[in-house]
Amino acid sequence: MPRHDVVSPIPGVFYRRPDPDSPPFAEDGGAVTDDSPIGLVEVMKSFHRIPAGATGTLVEFLVEDEDEVDAGQPVAVVETP
Amino acid sequence: MTTIEVRKPGLSTTVQDGGRSGYYHLGIPPSGALDQYSLACANALVGNPGDAAVLEIVYMGPELAFTGPATVAVAGATIAPKVNGDERPVWESFDVAEGDVLSFDYLKAGARAYLAVAGGIDVEEKLGSRSTYALGALGGVEGRPLTEGDVLPVGSGPAGRAGLVLPVGLRPALSKQVEVRVVMGLYDHRLTDRGRAAFLDTEWTLTPVADRIGFRYTGGQLETVDREPPFGAGQDPSNIVDSPYPIGSIQVPGGVEPIVLHRDAVSGGGYMMVATVLSGDLDVVAQSAPRTRTKFVEVDLDTALRLRAERKERLVRMHAALDG
Repeated sequence: MPRHDVVSPIPGVFYRRPDPDSPPFAEDGGAVTDDSPIGLVEVMKSFHRIPAGATGTLVEFLVEDEDEVDAGQPVAVVETP
Repeated sequence: MTTIEVRKPGLSTTVQDGGRSGYYHLGIPPSGALDQYSLACANALVGNPGDAAVLEIVYMGPELAFTGPATVAVAGATIAPKVNGDERPVWESFDVAEGDVLSFDYLKAGARAYLAVAGGIDVEEKLGSRSTYALGALGGVEGRPLTEGDVLPVGSGPAGRAGLVLPVGLRPALSKQVEVRVVMGLYDHRLTDRGRAAFLDTEWTLTPVADRIGFRYTGGQLETVDREPPFGAGQDPSNIVDSPYPIGSIQVPGGVEPIVLHRDAVSGGGYMMVATVLSGDLDVVAQSAPRTRTKFVEVDLDTALRLRAERKERLVRMHAALDG
């Protein structure tokens, strides 16, 4: 199955949850759609949603919650049918 | 008249020019492009005066639709522009036609890119500048970063020429490991010898808390001299009696996490400033993305002045290379 890298367009801190008390946006093995967010990146005191960018199954996160990421860095992998 | 319609604003895209000088004593900072050299390059590539108003793009580019023809150029960070999806080079002028959509690829190096349009971004001047000072809601478009639906007028002036290229040797080096030169003071006497050595020997890392106001670094702790707080200073060892903050000054609240104040800085406060970044090296700070490893390197005032003269000569060489 084709693999799609979900890329963070900006540098910053990656979060898997919208806030500390909420469940993650997406789970390993969960279904995602093109527009569905898989995480947030915080930079310059603002939060930017990272959409999956493809419809399929989120098979793997490539970074940990609260890791710092670079612009253009793949943060997750979606397998598309 | 050509206008630019903002379809997507990017992360925090602002109108900036050479800056708004003369009001810092009233609390209004200079603002303007954080990387002044790249501002001048972008403008020179399209035939504008070096301090004309451009768009400052940070980390992620906008999507812009042109209602008429224009000559444009991108300088600074490596964030490739695309015309209707086709990639164009940075550091080179190119034409866009009526109806063209300009977008941007991912950031590859640096942090801030400057999009110049021949004729300049013709928003109204406020206090002698078109620069956006968002904290004070002044200048640019309604004193704020661009939002979807904004329409930017392009000024009239000499038409640009496509295909001008800035020679590689005149482009700044963009690296994730940089040296930033500083003159020590005015409050470095608050540091012990160990604290001072720690400031200069530590390889600091830029945190994501880095914007037009200040850039916060992490990686060490500075030891301060014991003292009784003077009247008017707070109890923290890093507190001083309130003082003006120079642009480029490095304050260290609590002796941890130095903050380099940049061109949207607050004009004063009560934290010790242990050093001040050379004006020219504020461009290096401007092009630092989070996680950039940074050494602060001490130079004396004579060296700082010599480096300032060299920077001016470089600007002259840059203009000569493009105007010739």
